[in-house]
Amino acid sequence: MFVPLLVLRNAFRHRLRTTLTIVGIIVAITAFGLLRTIVDAWYAGAEASSSARLITRSSVSLVFSLPLNYAQKIRQVEGVSSVAWANWFGGVYVSERNFFAQFAISGASYLDMYPEFVLSDGERKAFLADRVGAVAGRKLADKYGWKVGDQIPLRGTIYPGTWTFTLRGIYDGAEAGTDTSTFFFHFDYLNESIKRLYPRRGDQTGVFVERLRDPEAAAAVSQAIDTTFRNSLAETLTETEKAFQLGFVAMSEAILLAIQAVSYVVIVIIMAVMANTMAMTARERYGEYATFKALGFSNGFVVMLIVAESLGIALLGGLLGVAFTFPMADVFASSVGSILTGFRVSETTIGLQVGAAFVIGLVAAAVPAWNAARIRIVDGLRAIG
Amino acid sequence: MAIPFNYIARNMVARRLTTVLTAGGMALVVYVFATVLMLAAGLEKTLVATGQDDNVVVIRRSSQTEVQSGIDRLQAGIVESLPDIVVAADGKRLVSKEPVVLINLPKRKTGKPANVVIRGVTEAGLALRPQVRLVEGRMFVPGTAEVIAGRSIADGFQGAGLGETLRFASRDWTVVGVFDAGHTGFDSEIWGDAEQMLQAFRRNGFSSMLFRLVDADRFDAVKTTLESDPRLTLEAKREKRFYAEQSEALSKFISYLGTGISVIFSIGAVIGAAITMYASVASRTGEIGTLRALGFSRAAILTAFLGEALLLGLLGGVIGLVGASAMQALSISTTNFQTFAEIAFSFTLTPRIVIISLIFALGMGFVGGFLPAARAARMKIVDALRAA
Repeated sequence: MFVPLLVLRNAFRHRLRTTLTIVGIIVAITAFGLLRTIVDAWYAGAEASSSARLITRSSVSLVFSLPLNYAQKIRQVEGVSSVAWANWFGGVYVSERNFFAQFAISGASYLDMYPEFVLSDGERKAFLADRVGAVAGRKLADKYGWKVGDQIPLRGTIYPGTWTFTLRGIYDGAEAGTDTSTFFFHFDYLNESIKRLYPRRGDQTGVFVERLRDPEAAAAVSQAIDTTFRNSLAETLTETEKAFQLGFVAMSEAILLAIQAVSYVVIVIIMAVMANTMAMTARERYGEYATFKALGFSNGFVVMLIVAESLGIALLGGLLGVAFTFPMADVFASSVGSILTGFRVSETTIGLQVGAAFVIGLVAAAVPAWNAARIRIVDGLRAIG
Repeated sequence: MAIPFNYIARNMVARRLTTVLTAGGMALVVYVFATVLMLAAGLEKTLVATGQDDNVVVIRRSSQTEVQSGIDRLQAGIVESLPDIVVAADGKRLVSKEPVVLINLPKRKTGKPANVVIRGVTEAGLALRPQVRLVEGRMFVPGTAEVIAGRSIADGFQGAGLGETLRFASRDWTVVGVFDAGHTGFDSEIWGDAEQMLQAFRRNGFSSMLFRLVDADRFDAVKTTLESDPRLTLEAKREKRFYAEQSEALSKFISYLGTGISVIFSIGAVIGAAITMYASVASRTGEIGTLRALGFSRAAILTAFLGEALLLGLLGGVIGLVGASAMQALSISTTNFQTFAEIAFSFTLTPRIVIISLIFALGMGFVGGFLPAARAARMKIVDALRAA
């Protein structure tokens, strides 16, 4: 009982200094967790993707669309159990600041493709029955205060004009990671208007989504689909939903790498602060350490005292930092709005935070412990703080 | 009377390890702070420099970017007949009608695909952009499947180097030249013959138009003419402004994120400075008492310790800035999520960033040093001398 009490008393001998150090560690660990969560959020789309779905798009780039009649041919490919399609709309809601994803979808076939979007039967029926109907995710609806029945105007950037939709349903996510900040409406509504205004742009969609009979066959099926359309006017590129989502992540890779690098820099900064605290603490106590040694305690005991104190302070700060990460992540998520979806502190992040605190404690104790173990009793007793 | 500067500076040397650790922490914060500002400045500079003052970009109303825009030939003809457009020496008007699309190309380093802008241009398009010059190879021959690539694309993407071929729109395109656009956005584009591009991508309309005004001050009049013409659904912007707007979201994102991170980090560094200064004050209680006994005022003591903290901050700031300025050699390539296309830009250190970073560093030193300095100044002479 004596040793832990000694360590505790030692740690709080300079109450102000220890408190400041702990505050510093809390800030660093919280920032580290927050930055990692931001990076994780980027990958959320890929994490939530299903391995039983493939996405087919134009091989040139996403800007080019595919003819709608491809759906029939894709359905005939061995291993495909169902096909749906979606088209990026890119409309502006009130002002350009309000960005959220909007897709024109192939009605029931698309909703069936994504069982993770949970819609009540009544709302589903109402949406399918209304040509200008739309459904929005819970997060999106909450953000703009939409209720079922509201009229939602979107100003088209790709498809000119103002398009008004009637909200027929609000879907929830089946899992915590499901993105509920997307807006869906009927492809037929878009297509018919386009055909009237710009006949050449009609009957075209951005991507096809296929459900696989057997997820294991993903590679073979995607190859079969692409072969079907080889040397046609619109060649395709088919990949798993995960690969498709990761393609988007890769585009901002440079920024993600920078955020990751910075998240480690904060740990290095706090390591310097903590090392400084321990160096000062040990310097003041060389006399005491020498006394311990003179009384017959081993070098190991002195080292243990310093390491335990350092680890104790670091871990206390680390655990408080983990605790603070959750409310901070909520604040951050609500302030950036729906740009980053699936904002959630993962178990890996918590593990890394605790690990980082542990490393900070160990590294900070290294030099003082080494010095304290080496110091000769005579020198130590002579040393003044 | 003030305490000599020498006393302040030598204190830092006397506690080397502590000084290095504290200044090192601050240096890292300043480094992160400065590099982020440099990144945002570099992006802005790249896109602002892309435009010319007397050039006007025309796109479809509310389409925001060239890729989303569409102008049919009839509308293009109406715009082309505006009287305010410069007539070149050969009698043709300086108007470029350009198809702009994105294609997916794999990066050389990672093999991961990114979107690259392909622009169809004509002779007028080149004349309108004098900053673009060929550095390797030759110009593409109009009417053939030849293209020229911007410097960052040629260096960064597979198949885009001189002499290599790219496959898109069911054709093979040979890269016959590499151009340097003087660190503007065009460095991240591939150019080919406009009519060839239209055919290859099966388009019968252009994406955007670019023309030069006879008189740059006539812009507002031209804009009104264009936007009030009932036959047109277009909008006109000064080229400079058009490109500046495209960098807004990304550069704001970078500077918000960076400033947020720097503020959080600075809390850590300020705490480090405070701990150091408190220890510095505590271990010199006797000295402080002596100084006071010698007749130095409380204000002089406060100034001395604050000076030490500021010096610590300055040291950190300078080290951080030196590190950050080394970043200027690097350039970064990422997707601008406003245009959905790849853009390359470099870290740019401006005098403004140097000043802001140094103020930031001194601010950290001041905040961290103020309370300890106040404690030193408040000490009673007798107590301080007895403590020693």
